[in-house]
Amino acid sequence: MRVRGRTGGGRRAAPVHRAGRHLHGGPLAYAVLSLFALGSLFPLFWTAVTASRDNTRLARTPPPLWFGGDLPHNLVRAWGEAHMGLALFNTVLVAGTVALGTVFFCTIAGFAFARLRFRGRRGLLLLTVGTMMVPPQLGVVPLFLMTARLGWTDQLQSVVLPTLVSAFGVFFMRQYLVEALPAELVEAARVDGANSWRVVWHVVFPAARPAMAVLAMLSFVQAWNDFFWPVIALTQENPTVQVALTGLGRGYVPDQAVIMAGALLGTLPLLLAFALFGRQIVGGIMRGAVKG
Amino acid sequence: MTATTSVAEDARAAPGERGGGRSRPGPWRGRLYRWDLRYSPYAFVAPFLLFFAAFGLFPLLYTGWASLHRVELTSLHHTEWAGAHHYVRLLENDFFWNALRNTFTIGVLSTVPQLLMALGLAHLLHHRLRAATFWRVALLTPYATSVAAATLVFVLLYGRDYGMVNWALGALGIGPVDWQNGTWSSQCAVASIVIWRWTGYNALIYLAAMQAVPDELYESAALDGASRRQQFRHVTVPALRPTILFTVVVSTIGATQLFGEPLLFGGAAGQKGGASHQFQTLGLYLYEQGWFNYHLGRASAVAWTMFLLLLLIAAVGGLVARRRGGDG
Repeated sequence: MRVRGRTGGGRRAAPVHRAGRHLHGGPLAYAVLSLFALGSLFPLFWTAVTASRDNTRLARTPPPLWFGGDLPHNLVRAWGEAHMGLALFNTVLVAGTVALGTVFFCTIAGFAFARLRFRGRRGLLLLTVGTMMVPPQLGVVPLFLMTARLGWTDQLQSVVLPTLVSAFGVFFMRQYLVEALPAELVEAARVDGANSWRVVWHVVFPAARPAMAVLAMLSFVQAWNDFFWPVIALTQENPTVQVALTGLGRGYVPDQAVIMAGALLGTLPLLLAFALFGRQIVGGIMRGAVKG
Repeated sequence: MTATTSVAEDARAAPGERGGGRSRPGPWRGRLYRWDLRYSPYAFVAPFLLFFAAFGLFPLLYTGWASLHRVELTSLHHTEWAGAHHYVRLLENDFFWNALRNTFTIGVLSTVPQLLMALGLAHLLHHRLRAATFWRVALLTPYATSVAAATLVFVLLYGRDYGMVNWALGALGIGPVDWQNGTWSSQCAVASIVIWRWTGYNALIYLAAMQAVPDELYESAALDGASRRQQFRHVTVPALRPTILFTVVVSTIGATQLFGEPLLFGGAAGQKGGASHQFQTLGLYLYEQGWFNYHLGRASAVAWTMFLLLLLIAAVGGLVARRRGGDG
């Protein structure tokens, strides 16, 4: 509004260019955004299209651009050939457990790093942040040996336990709590005679709730889509969705219709979540970006 | 100067005498209270540290140990000292250098366009827009798609004979491209999957950083007569420098680990990264050595080489950032 006041003054010789935030997007901005949005959404739309077609139609040009009638048939085949039902159940279980565990353990650890004094705090926090950069590949050989010796090959705990805590999560919660949890609040609860667990339950958790929601969402999506370690640790007999999809995609004569039906099944739950909670998810990621 | 200090000290000393008025709890409860104060911090960080040590730190160190030993998938309990053998063999191996080169080229092909487009998109999203939430959600949606699902669709899109990309290129009068078997074409195809999944995510991170830039900076730039383009170059980009560095580091780590996209893009023999290893990355090479050739020791050596590479990149990045920071 202030922008219009200035530039509308009629002095075209020296226009004052204001911050981007105050400017309305022009037609060009909408055109470019539409192009990118189309590029983002088209492969997903096309997954659904190809999942609803049969293989003879997929092996013809031009490729189909609209839905056919074979979706139920393909879904039933994917369900049978790739243990898709079991895979979905397993994935919900794994991602749910990982999200809950990560949020709980990272919040209490983040609280300790943010507000409690104890010996070795600085060093441990430094170690945590430092190892955030270590790629997961670095641990797969020993992890594999461990799961093999424990007899956990093909069992879900072999993918849940290694991802149950995250250094990023601890750091993220610490950063959030340093700002969102005033030291006086903790002090006041202490003076009232609350022990540490009561402080966590009645003061820390309520204060941390927004960040906990973001962390839960991030770790759920990450666990749902986790690929490298599950492909090594699990087999096609007891897979997560990603492992099942890998089995579908690596056949010598790929059955495209079934593959796409499987891909659709594996993606649909998260897409639904995006359709329902898109605004919150976007807000969460942007908040995480600034704090983290 | 000395006068003010002594006054301050006097002021500080006075309230000290008034302290200690709080009533003490009973001896038993007092002891519990002190234990709680002293040990509960450890109780809060212990679960994290235990999991972290067992599944993060220990494997990291153990991999280093395993890389100096013969460890075979076929006889897990039998290990034998091998010294630097695996590393020497690695450096002599053409496929290792090929994988290193591919990791680098695919990394550049995916990271550079991705971050540049994300920056541009963030700039657009920073405008006052109709349906602002819709654009953000639409651009972020690929982030919800798994590596596996995304790659399988792109395999179909990039099909040589019936793929949509070649069909569209044909309509433009450009001959079909063999996206699977060409070196550059396959690497571009793999990179495009990474770009598709992560551009919107990075755009949102940049947007968040842009929104945190104080308005006054833009206003004073505007008063100095800076055009919008100049404002973007001289206000937005410098203010975003830490965020840009952060995304560069994260994307570089991601590129070094690239695994799922080339594995599934390669179909039945995915661990080789195509018929002539044309898009085999270090991650795939590690997987092939360990789980197809059963040489876990050598796979560990690949893992540690990747780690050393990352440390090198981080050190160089840190140096660059420090030098740039000193100039600005």
